[in-house]
Amino acid sequence: MGALIEDAVIDNETMVERFLRMDRLPHIWCPGCGIGTALRSTIEALADMDIPQEEFAVVSGIGCTARVAGYLKLDSFHTTHGRSIPFATGLKLANPKLKVFVFSGDGDLFAIGGNHFIHAARRNMDLKVICVNNFIYGMTGGQVGCTTPTHSKTSTSPYGNYEPPFNLCFLAAAAGAVYVARWTTFHVRQIKRSVQEAFAKRGFTFIEIISPCPTVFGSRNGFPTGLDMMKYFKANSLTVAGADPRDVEIEMGGKLKVGKFVDNERPSFQDRLSEMWGDLGLEESRIVEAE
Amino acid sequence: MSDQRSVLTGEHFVNGDWACAEGGLAAGCKFFAGYPITPATEIAERMSKRLPEVGGVFIQMEDEIASMNAILGASWGGSKSMTSTSGPGFSLMMENFGLGIMTETPCVLVNVQRGGPSTGLPTLVGQADMMQARWGSHGDYEVIALAPQSPQECFDLTIEAFNLSESYRIPVLVMSDEVVGHMTEKVVVPKPEDIHLVPRRKPSVPPEEFKAFQPREDLVPEMCTAGEGYYVHVTGLTHNERGYPVVTAEAQDRLVRRLVDKIRLNADRIIRVQEENLADADVIVVSYGISARTAKSAVAMARAKGYRVGFLRLITIWPFPEKRIRELARKVSAFVVPEINFGQIAREVERCAGGRARTIAVTHAGGAIHHPGKVLSVIEEAIRVKSGSGLVEETLVLR
Ligand SMILES: Cc1ncc(C[n+]2csc(CCOP(=O)(O)OP(=O)(O)O)c2C)c(N)n1
Repeated sequence: MGALIEDAVIDNETMVERFLRMDRLPHIWCPGCGIGTALRSTIEALADMDIPQEEFAVVSGIGCTARVAGYLKLDSFHTTHGRSIPFATGLKLANPKLKVFVFSGDGDLFAIGGNHFIHAARRNMDLKVICVNNFIYGMTGGQVGCTTPTHSKTSTSPYGNYEPPFNLCFLAAAAGAVYVARWTTFHVRQIKRSVQEAFAKRGFTFIEIISPCPTVFGSRNGFPTGLDMMKYFKANSLTVAGADPRDVEIEMGGKLKVGKFVDNERPSFQDRLSEMWGDLGLEESRIVEAE
Repeated sequence: MSDQRSVLTGEHFVNGDWACAEGGLAAGCKFFAGYPITPATEIAERMSKRLPEVGGVFIQMEDEIASMNAILGASWGGSKSMTSTSGPGFSLMMENFGLGIMTETPCVLVNVQRGGPSTGLPTLVGQADMMQARWGSHGDYEVIALAPQSPQECFDLTIEAFNLSESYRIPVLVMSDEVVGHMTEKVVVPKPEDIHLVPRRKPSVPPEEFKAFQPREDLVPEMCTAGEGYYVHVTGLTHNERGYPVVTAEAQDRLVRRLVDKIRLNADRIIRVQEENLADADVIVVSYGISARTAKSAVAMARAKGYRVGFLRLITIWPFPEKRIRELARKVSAFVVPEINFGQIAREVERCAGGRARTIAVTHAGGAIHHPGKVLSVIEEAIRVKSGSGLVEETLVLR
């Protein structure tokens, strides 16, 4: 673990200052929360790509994770609960040059926003979706969600969750994502690499980052600190590159399969659009200067 | 100025939905996201055919929630954007219509009203979303809503809606209805050079100094577009001039008061009404959209009978022409307000009349338009019975 972290931390106030709105710090996340780690790895990925900073745009919904949009020094859109993907769809289609990514929570993207997720994946919309899965609704104080493992306790499943959770990677793959990977916040370098791979692809990509939420998930489920959860990730993560997404469900106490599960090609929404209509002349029609 | 391809200059015999689509295109709309719903579907169909021809993008989204969000995203991406829907879809759009209000995002939303509540009368007319247009999203805010009475106005007012949305950085509503949307009439599309368009107010200062929510003198901020290096932050949370969230009563007052004032204080510039025969009027018929057309024939019938009846058509519904109604209330004995609902706008008229004149709501549950003869009988009743003030409802009489 030590080696991993050392690598990741080299330098770099400059990198952080380049990509964070320093005037918005301190952030709102709790001690031990994994969102900052996920963000850090994402920033490293952005910094290491040959893409001008102004070409990135980030869209988020509502939740702890969704607050990421407010800290990133990019064109950043903090929309409504569940609606980041359709907003991002409009943004991307209006300006195809933008590298649009969505950074949001599991409840946001898969409960209230689940329908948008599957349709964007089906369309192979050129969006890079990064989901921090903390198994719970963090922002509202720890309610059961569509990713909460069976039997886990939350404020609205006080006797243990009696529903099965979504296997997000399987869902993404089945709906048509061309890139699907899962890591935990223990896998900082792998997250960085996946984010870069996702940006290198055309079409809809999905990265799930399993993250500790000691305050409202861990505290009720035997991981009172972020470190406890990280130790769990370290001890139980099993990298299975190319695993069949059907086989990567999450069960608390079991092995946590991580890795890149899908990496394939099919025409993106934009590809099909240009195939039919050419370049559409959208560049000239955009509002760039006041007329 | 829009280009030739976007403006089908000439005379057309078409329906109101077609005209809304063409009005949008003539205004420079390059992005449409929508979901099929009667009686608004023809707008989406027309857009799906036309947008690729003019270098724009049409996308049919998975629902109206997505459609509303997509047009907000497209607006920040630099396209003039638009959606259309009817009752049930309008309800689904409301949360994110509010996001558009809060983030001051120009775009246009057409509601071709049908009978409600719920699935109601999918193929038949209603005008019962007028208050939803005003208050349908949560929180307090001001809106701009226009009501076309003909296919020609569908064209003209959709352009106007785009212009107002850019002038005031706000999503603008075009409150059409099933009859106007499906009625076929002549629509004259002018030459591109004769169409007045309001361009987006782009930043007048470099990115380091730019604040996307810093109002100018008229309370409206300039707007940047994603990808230009402004690193704008846009949030539905209460925010400061920089766009950063500030969750305090003070920030709330500063922001929400400005959002309200930018419309209220500019209301005189925004509001448009059509007035006829008001000078000698004793009774004024106030109406809008399709109901204004039946109202107008009723007024003509009343005039022919020698009654001193005036006609006030609301082209802008929101902001409501309060001042004008107040002035007129001092001069007349009654307002007669035919609309296809149970008095949504009549109550506004009554509020502004402030007890100085009676307001008679000519109500209708939807599914058909008012019969001019029935409106006439209410006018005659208003003239006969001079006494009283406040709101009277004439539904039952009319059945
Ligand atoms: C329409 C709507 N419903 C409910 C909420 C309340 N709400 C805010 S955040 C949130 C859950 C966020 O959970 P998740 O997406 O998992 O993100 P986390 O906070 O765990 O990062 C909810 C339900 C809301 N803002 N909007």
